[in-house]
Amino acid sequence: MSTYRIQGATGEWEVVIGLEVHAQVTSNSKLFSGAATAFGAEPNSQVSLVDAAMPGMLPVPNRECIRQAVRTGMAIEAQINAWSRFDRKNYFYADLPQGYQISQLYHPLVGEGKLLIEADEKAGIAEDKWIGIERIHVEQDAGKLMHDQHPTMSYVDLNRCGVALMEIVSRPDMRSPAEAGAYVRKLRSILRYVGSCDGNMEEGSMRADVNVSVRRPGEEFGTRTETKNVNSVRFVMQTIEHEANRQVDLIESGGTVVQETRLFDPGTGTTRSMRSKEDAHDYRYFPDPDLLPLVLEDDFLAECRASLPELPDAKRRRYVEVLGLTPYNARELTAEVETFARFESLLAETATALGKGEPEVATQVANWSLSVAPGVINAAGDDANPAHATAAAQAAILRMQAAGEISGGQAKEIFEIVLKTGRAPEEIAETEGLKQLSDTGAIEGVIDEVLAANADKVAEYRGGKDKLFGFFVGQTMKALQGKGNPAVVNALLKAKLDE
Amino acid sequence: MTELTTLGIKAIRDGVAAGDFTAREVAEAFNTAVAEAAALNAFIVTTPDHALAAADAVDAARAKGDALGAMAGVPIGMKDLFATRGVQTTAASHILEGFKPEYESTVSQNLWNAGAGMLGKLNLDQFAMGSSNETSYFGNVISPWRKAGSNAGLTPGGSSGGSAAAVSARIAPAATGTDTGGSIRQPAALTGITGIKPTYGRCSRWGVVAFASSLDQAGPMAQDVTDCAIMLEAMAGFDPKDSTSLDLPVPQWAANLNADLTGKRVGIPREYRMDGMDPQIAALWDQGIAWAKDAGAEVVEISLPHTQYALAAYYIVAPAEASSNLARYDGVRYGLRDLPDPGSGSGTGGSGLQDMYAATRAAGFGDEVKRRILIGTYVLSAGFYDAYYNQAQKVRALIARDFEQAWDHCDVILTPTAPNAAFALGEKLSDPLAMYLNDVFTVPASLAGLPAMSVPAGLDADGLPLGLQVIGKPLDEQGVLNAGLAIEQRAGFVTKPEKWW
Repeated sequence: MSTYRIQGATGEWEVVIGLEVHAQVTSNSKLFSGAATAFGAEPNSQVSLVDAAMPGMLPVPNRECIRQAVRTGMAIEAQINAWSRFDRKNYFYADLPQGYQISQLYHPLVGEGKLLIEADEKAGIAEDKWIGIERIHVEQDAGKLMHDQHPTMSYVDLNRCGVALMEIVSRPDMRSPAEAGAYVRKLRSILRYVGSCDGNMEEGSMRADVNVSVRRPGEEFGTRTETKNVNSVRFVMQTIEHEANRQVDLIESGGTVVQETRLFDPGTGTTRSMRSKEDAHDYRYFPDPDLLPLVLEDDFLAECRASLPELPDAKRRRYVEVLGLTPYNARELTAEVETFARFESLLAETATALGKGEPEVATQVANWSLSVAPGVINAAGDDANPAHATAAAQAAILRMQAAGEISGGQAKEIFEIVLKTGRAPEEIAETEGLKQLSDTGAIEGVIDEVLAANADKVAEYRGGKDKLFGFFVGQTMKALQGKGNPAVVNALLKAKLDE
Repeated sequence: MTELTTLGIKAIRDGVAAGDFTAREVAEAFNTAVAEAAALNAFIVTTPDHALAAADAVDAARAKGDALGAMAGVPIGMKDLFATRGVQTTAASHILEGFKPEYESTVSQNLWNAGAGMLGKLNLDQFAMGSSNETSYFGNVISPWRKAGSNAGLTPGGSSGGSAAAVSARIAPAATGTDTGGSIRQPAALTGITGIKPTYGRCSRWGVVAFASSLDQAGPMAQDVTDCAIMLEAMAGFDPKDSTSLDLPVPQWAANLNADLTGKRVGIPREYRMDGMDPQIAALWDQGIAWAKDAGAEVVEISLPHTQYALAAYYIVAPAEASSNLARYDGVRYGLRDLPDPGSGSGTGGSGLQDMYAATRAAGFGDEVKRRILIGTYVLSAGFYDAYYNQAQKVRALIARDFEQAWDHCDVILTPTAPNAAFALGEKLSDPLAMYLNDVFTVPASLAGLPAMSVPAGLDADGLPLGLQVIGKPLDEQGVLNAGLAIEQRAGFVTKPEKWW
């Protein structure tokens, strides 16, 4: 149970949130035409005759877009509808050449599914929670109007027009801005794992319509508002925060919430009314007669399922249960595709280099990946070339460290040189003198000198002043210019002092 | 060379192939005939150069000994609903006046690939909406036929009125048509020519200006059944650019024509014999039944119980789809753009997007098109959708089931094509319901997506042609063509309109 509450003048209020996320399907061509979909192209350079709705043009479904939506549905454990259909949503606007959007109202491609958001005490999410997903349907994006090109005219760019979107509709299961934020982040992570959407919110590849209502805890749902096209996790959370408080203030001051569409203003963090239910369009949905029902064969579905990667929840579980990582490290490493990909390739290289199993080296590699390496990379700043941070180079460093050839400090120093120069770690260790001394004969000689020079302290130690052991270690390491293998130094010192 | 214009597809093709005359001679003869027939107003634009270029290519191919296509040397008329590259394509509307597509419809391209040439773009009811060719922005098509002893202008039927007039006047040996609720068959019947609408999905709709997508089908209009078979073969075929196109090979309909109906059962639907039926139509139908028997068929009475609801369902489904299909004509990207006077719009001193839509569509669409957009918008509106659109779709399913059940008892169905002969221009213009009734026999097959054709079968008391309709099973164009051929051979319809233009 979420404990997030709005403290109103008349008592506590609970927030009820549902999200409709529009995710652009990763595909080289549009949902119903062969036109390209690259972001940032010259206006109207990616427009086919179909996209421009020339007379007599017809839509033909792009199999890859359907495949990606099906795979996404499978990734949220949803029911896949082997029979679905496209409907037309009719309205006039200059960015909509057909005069209708091809969407799926009555028979969506993907039915009921669910998504897990994880406990996060810092964010106020007390325990793991499943968020229901009502449906995913595929539909066409519209074009874009440009109002700043001419003093009295608006220009139209149809590049986006016809691009495939997945509309992912959640149940009204979220109860706090933090849960909504976690939901969007988790959904984005799943989409990126699956490869069905790049999740790039800045470029508009993912945006959310945020449905918010408030109620007394445990009572019936209140009237909701829908805030359109919110394009970052932070803005989603701000929208909810603002909208919930606005609704509480409104109700407590004797007003009523009206069902309406609102807009979020990122500048002020507030929402404002766009149109009320009375002005809402009558979209006159009906089955698109240009398209046959979409029937998915078993083979196609099997291929979709077989092509799914290991998904975030399963990977996180495996990291804890098989690799023995802490839950925190597992979550951090599995959040982003790039992070786990780098971790897994380094883990494999390191295990091979050390001739050990992955579970034996996983914790070392995780610590290196999450804290050591990022620290060095940050410190190196602009001088670092990320391309030099190969799995092979880092594995070589970790191998030397595990073998006691270098210290943790030396590992960082070597990695910094690797980042700046791309030189081989072994060569750096050798050339730059960044190796630990493990030769017992040489170390014993130095220890003998240190003990001889500090005979008084030796006597005190032997008289029971154990704390002096650290002093001897320091002196020995100093004499060894910091290159002594601490384990060897400790063992030899102990032996000599306890003689 | 005027006698060349009396020839049909097969005669021209075979004559060109045999060297009896050149394709160029044929094209020139028809170009001249077209130029002389302006009074019919059958063409919106003429394209004599296109016809000549195609003819020259055929003559050159023949000279080289190359194989010739099925339509080689045949210049045809193209209904102005088909997009033709670089040639104005209007759907007989003001809103598309001057629009020259940069693409060629699949069906027209198939015909050019088969060696046909284009005489011009044929007039039609605006956006194919009409049964008399009186809704065209470019004026009425005048039928070449006249009542005996009268000079009054008659309708050629519609919507493929230009196609029907051109073929019956022998200014084109054949023409393309499109049929949504009878737009090939009814004008064919009213002008004494032959036309077939194939199974929905046989001909690609890509590049055909859409009226009602789930019903629109292209087909040939020609002098006889054989020519229809040849031309339909050239037009049809799977097109990956049309999702509703049938992925099936095109049968050799022409080669397999056979007028012997022995062993075939011809169904006569009792519901089509309506109260108040014109006795001349009833008599013609009886004659057709006799011909079918004579051709060896067994004639059986069948029932299509939901027939009486077909017209109502059609006039909900077709306008619903049309209201959406025609939304793209908005003045934004191509075609007409009309802006109200500055100051009269919603903004101050200028007109906004809504003003532009309103002005453009008010000026660009004719009354009948507006009527159907309004009907279609209404039946899809919130609160009416279930009562109208959904109900009509259920009726449509029942009508399709009627036919499926009928096929247990018969192989083809024989009916009149239209309830009347050609009527006077203006006669039904003020009464849309009377006009819609002209489709009463053709609409059910359209709703069921079935192949159906009209064959000229006789003349009424005024000397005007009447047609019989043959409806077939899905994909059984052969059965339809064969039954049509049997009627054609027995009807011996040879009357042509007397030239007055």
